[in-house]
Parts: sequence; C-alpha cells; structure tokens
Amino acid sequence: MGLRRKKARTLLTLLSVAMAFALFGLLDAVRVAFTAPQNLAGIDRLVVSSRFSIIQPLPLAHLARMRAVPGVRRIAWANWFGGIYQDPKNFFPTIAVSPQPFLEVHPEIVLPAAERQAFVTTRTGAIVGAALAQRFGWRPGDRIPLQATIFPNKDGSIVWTLELVGIFHAAQPELRGMEQQLFFNYAYFDEAREFGQGTVGWYIVQVDDPAQVDRVAQAIDRLFANSSDETKSQSERDFQLSFAKQIGDIGLIVTAIMGAVFFALILLTGNTMAQAIRDRTPELAVLKTIGFTRPLILSIVLAESMLLLMLGGAAGLALARLSLPVLNAASGGQFDLPMMPRTWWTGLGLALVIGLAVGLPPALRAMRLRIVDALSGR
Amino acid sequence: MSALIEIRGVSKAYTRGRQRIEVLHRIDLDIERGDFLALMGPSGSGKTTLLNMIAGIDTPSAGSVTVGGRRIDTLSATELARWRAAHVGFIFQFYNLLPMLTAQKNVELPLLLTRLDAAQRRRNARIALELVGLGDRVGHRPGELSGGQQQRVAIARAIVSDPTLLVCDEPTGDLDRQSAEEVLALLQRLNREHGKTMIMVTHDPRAAEYARRILHLDKGSLVEAGAPA
Repeated sequence: MGLRRKKARTLLTLLSVAMAFALFGLLDAVRVAFTAPQNLAGIDRLVVSSRFSIIQPLPLAHLARMRAVPGVRRIAWANWFGGIYQDPKNFFPTIAVSPQPFLEVHPEIVLPAAERQAFVTTRTGAIVGAALAQRFGWRPGDRIPLQATIFPNKDGSIVWTLELVGIFHAAQPELRGMEQQLFFNYAYFDEAREFGQGTVGWYIVQVDDPAQVDRVAQAIDRLFANSSDETKSQSERDFQLSFAKQIGDIGLIVTAIMGAVFFALILLTGNTMAQAIRDRTPELAVLKTIGFTRPLILSIVLAESMLLLMLGGAAGLALARLSLPVLNAASGGQFDLPMMPRTWWTGLGLALVIGLAVGLPPALRAMRLRIVDALSGR
Repeated sequence: MSALIEIRGVSKAYTRGRQRIEVLHRIDLDIERGDFLALMGPSGSGKTTLLNMIAGIDTPSAGSVTVGGRRIDTLSATELARWRAAHVGFIFQFYNLLPMLTAQKNVELPLLLTRLDAAQRRRNARIALELVGLGDRVGHRPGELSGGQQQRVAIARAIVSDPTLLVCDEPTGDLDRQSAEEVLALLQRLNREHGKTMIMVTHDPRAAEYARRILHLDKGSLVEAGAPA
C-alpha cells in the first residue's frame, strides 16, 4: 500500500537496493571461486612445497621418502610452467603434472577413460578444462604451441608443442574455476627443459584419513628438517588460500567492500523508510483509529520495509546471475564465476535482515503514534 | 434502562512545561441509544476532547466512560483498538481516506479486522457505498471524487462494520453548503431510519439543527442543553 504511494521514490530505492545486491552477488561469486576448495574438495590432500618459497623447487628424490610416511596413500607432483598461448593477454594456468597419480588424487577432474589413458601414455599429451577448450575452440587431437616464459627447451627453443588428448570437466559447479587450466605431462617437461631437471614445484599428498592431515604434514616436514630442501606441508585449502593471498585476502576485500555498500544501503533505505512513514502519519493514525492494533501497525510497516528489500535484493541477485555469463564472455572466458545457491540464500537473508533493521525504527514510531496528536497534525 | 453512554466526573488535563491545562472539568453526561447529539462550543472548549473520550481514542485524567455497559477508560491500548473496531465508526472533517485505495478498498478497511472473507468484504463495502449513494463510484480513488463524495465514502467506511455509535468531528467543516446539507441529511437518515447513535462536534448551528439534541461546552464544562430549534 505505502510502496505505491510515491512510485518514483520507491522505484529509485528499489534500484539502489538492486544495485547493491547485484554487487553482492558478483563479489560473492568471486569469493566462492577463490575459496571453494575450503569446503568442497581436497580435504584429504596435502600440498608439500619448499619451506622457503612457493617458487623454490624441491628434489624429486623426496618422493620415495615421503611414500614411507605412515598415513600417506598416494603422491602426485607438479610444476608451474607459465606458458603463453599466441598472445600474452591469453593468460591461463599451465602446469606440468605426473598424469596417473595426479588424476588419482584429484577425483574432481572428470575425464573420459580413453582420454585419461591417452594423457597417461602420451609423452607430449595435455588435457585442458572444458571452459578453456571452449575459449580457444580446441578439440582433442589439436596441437597447442605454448611459449615458455620460464623454461626454455633444451634445443634452445621457447616453443613447447603439446598434443591435446582430453578435455575435462569439474565434478562440482563450485570448482568450475579449474576448467580454465591446462595440465601436461611432467615427464616430457622434465626431460626437455633446459634446467632444473629432477625437481618439482610441489607435491600433492593424499592421506588415508582426512583427520590425520596435520599429523602426516608434521611427519613429512620432520623428515626433511635441517636439510637443504626443507618442506612446508599444508592442507590443500591452506595452500590455495596462500596462493590466492598473493593477490590479497579475497574474503577480507569482499567483506570490506560489501560492508561499505550495505552500510550506505542501510542509511539510504533507512532514511527513505523514515520519510515514507512520516509522510503517512495521518493515514497510520486513521488505521489506528478504526481499530488496527499496535502490533498490527508495527507488522504492516515492517512488512513494507522487508518487501522493499526482498524485491530489490531478488532483482539484484537475478541481475548478478544474468551478468556473470556476459562478464565471462566479455573477458574471453577468464571469469567463469559460479553463483551458488548459498549466495542466493545469503543475499535474501541479508535483504530480510536489512529490511528488518531499517524498518524497525519507523515501525516502532508508527506503533507508538498517539492518535489524537497525529490526527491534529502535532 | 441505563443509557448507552455514561460519562461520570470526566476531567482531562494536559501538562505543558510547568503549566497544567484542564480541558474538561468534571463532565457528567448520559447519551441514549439512537440519540443524535450535537456538541457545540467555541474553539478550545473541549468538545473534540470529549468526543475522543467517548470514541476511545483518548483517555480521561479522572472519571469514567462507560459504553454499552463496559468501562472503556480502563482498557489497554490493544483492548481499546479492538473495542473501537467493533463499536465505533469515525467521520473526520478532512475525510482521511487513504489516497492510494479506491472507494471500495477504503470502505473495506475496517472489515479487514473482522473474520469476513474477501467476497463478503467486497459485498458489504458495496452495500455501504450504495447506501450513501456512491454505488457508481466504487472504483474511484479519493483524488477523483469531490469533497462531498469523499465524505460520503468516509461515512460508508464508518458504517460498514455496523458499529454501535458514529462519532463525527466537524463532518461538514470542509464542504460547500450544498454538499454539507447532503452529508447532514445522510447522517440524519442513518440516525432516523437505521437507528445509529451519533455524536457530532460542530461549530455550525445549521449543522447542529440536524441533531436531536444539542449540548454546549465552554471552558471544559457543559453549560447548556437543548433541542434544535
């Protein structure tokens, strides 16, 4: 009833709310993309890297000793390659991995059996995520020339030509970010690179029991303590976060931006609601006069406020959902961010809470309105 | 038989700063069922305050107000609201219709507090609007109606839940002569033909002539009672 009274004001407020929640939807998608492994995958995996730096390699010889640690089930290894495809702006992660164990410890990488086998057996074989394949129009059998930025070939060339043998999907939509990566055979990489043979960037250790992750990590680090290649073993979730923290604390950045946005939103909608209720003081007085009780008046004003926020919130979240594929397409597939059901529920929950918070002061004022004063314009 | 409304020793005082202002001073008054009472007096005489006490939208500082055998001055705010919804119809000087709602929806408002379903509410509202002669204006919003028509919508709203009494505060104060006479004739008809008990505050002696009884207040006290000329 009250929302229709001043349509322009309601529309502008709705737009403000919608924009705030659209921003929330987009930023939360970014946050989920950066922190998804925390909750979804890798709880039974450790990443073992150099204690001193993530770019410091470790000897491949560590492998045998780590296998002997009780609780270790499988070990894969990997090395950052960092190649460029055609143009430096075509950035995507390229990583040399040990195919068989790598696929075994990453069940979330879904690859047809034949392509899996081809990856394990093809010396120059590579697999790419579905999003990356779509971005460049690649198909199995294509040859992908990558320009090395760190590792030249032994023959002096910086071009590494890989054979695409498979296209993988992520098992869960939350992990779709991994579909932007290229993995190729470590054996070929190690054999053909000009320097650094026999070293790896990091190991991925799968443990028998996720509850034992900390114990196994300590045991591995103790194994190499006081050596020239000390290790730092951490859960995959911590490793991912520390990797993401090279950009910044994504969660903190998102929270800070959203905090500022929602603070401004509360001030804006709070002021709008207060003004709207002030304008309608005589009408509320009439409702009270004809018998609307104090709790009923409180409920009416609160319902209006929550409806305004819920409508705006839902519109904003829908806008974010519709914008994500557009942003992804505009960025050449680099921002394939998922919008999870949790983002919807959190957003609508926030809308409800903000609606309650901004509606409560005018609702209480309306509830306490003295009929005689309000009718006489006091 | 006891009166519908019994007012005993009612006083009302406000405190403004250190000053205590007594608006009503020990009023005693009985109003019979079916009466049409006009309350007259100069500005500040306390007539609207007395009307508010009877209607249950204000409470006395002292004394008692009994309507239909029930003391209403001791009721809580919520009990009073429920009592008003069941027993009192209000007609204001400036109509006080909700501008976003049609005449039909405005009249349905008091029925939202009853157990009637939507169809029954619509039917009752339409009957009330027919009764005040606005059966052809149900879909109009207040801004699309004349002052006299708006006041008739307000009267329909006041009677739609069949209240025990109607209270009218300067119901013709904002109307031209002709509209005022139409509204007063309607009120008189509701009193005479439908037996509605009415209390009307007015400055206008010609409006008061439509009532069965006139009371004058001055400085918070009843000074004179009489019948219209």
